[in-house]
Amino acid sequence: MAELMKLHYEVNGDDFTRAGETSSKVKKTLNQLGFNPEVVRKVAIAMYEGEINMVIHADGGEIDVAIAPEKITVVMKDVGPGIPDLDMAMTEGFSTADHSVRELGFGAGMGLPNMKKYSDGLNIETELGKGTTVTLEFNA
Amino acid sequence: MNVREIASKLGLKFYAGEEYAEKTAKGCYIGDLLSLAMSKVQMDYVWITIQTNVNIVAVASLADAGCIILADGCVPDEKTVERAKEQEIIILGSEMSAYELAVRLSEMGI
Repeated sequence: MAELMKLHYEVNGDDFTRAGETSSKVKKTLNQLGFNPEVVRKVAIAMYEGEINMVIHADGGEIDVAIAPEKITVVMKDVGPGIPDLDMAMTEGFSTADHSVRELGFGAGMGLPNMKKYSDGLNIETELGKGTTVTLEFNA
Repeated sequence: MNVREIASKLGLKFYAGEEYAEKTAKGCYIGDLLSLAMSKVQMDYVWITIQTNVNIVAVASLADAGCIILADGCVPDEKTVERAKEQEIIILGSEMSAYELAVRLSEMGI
């Protein structure tokens, strides 16, 4: 399958106020390329959750997006602490975010569950002390 | 119904995006947890919240919300207003509670 476009972004880890910018840029690009609005919405929601996770837990990271006519792949890579219990992390309502994060309206334990719900494929590779790589796939 | 009609009928204050108020609004979601709001707010929805931090702009933008209404007299942070203007997001405010706002919106057919 021919790829239309590859995008690369750095996510700043200490700036909550800029979280979501990468997702916004990707959303805009997908809209300009004429993807179905429902697909664009799914990508935007799942990516935003990933971006927020990177800021809350991992001091930022890198995002690579590969766009092809039938498939969009998003790889979000960080060198954070890793996820100690992936099954728990996938459970709706389970969160390790601290109080200051919750006050902002995050930390509801919906991040990874939402990423699973809104993508057509989710793969998580995580190692304690080394980092986490989340791959999201979307059928266009 | 568009956002300007809603604002005028409910006496809402514009904090940002008044120039886009001809935008359609239909449906409504009330909530303050951003992940939940993002998955529940559908295109053109009125999103009622008491969150005022800058991240509400990203959520409204990514979810294609019609507008944000801040309930209970909540006032957006300066940065929130600034970002909303950049992202063309409409933020309104009211002294009414989320419940009162929702009842009034329902009466208007939203």
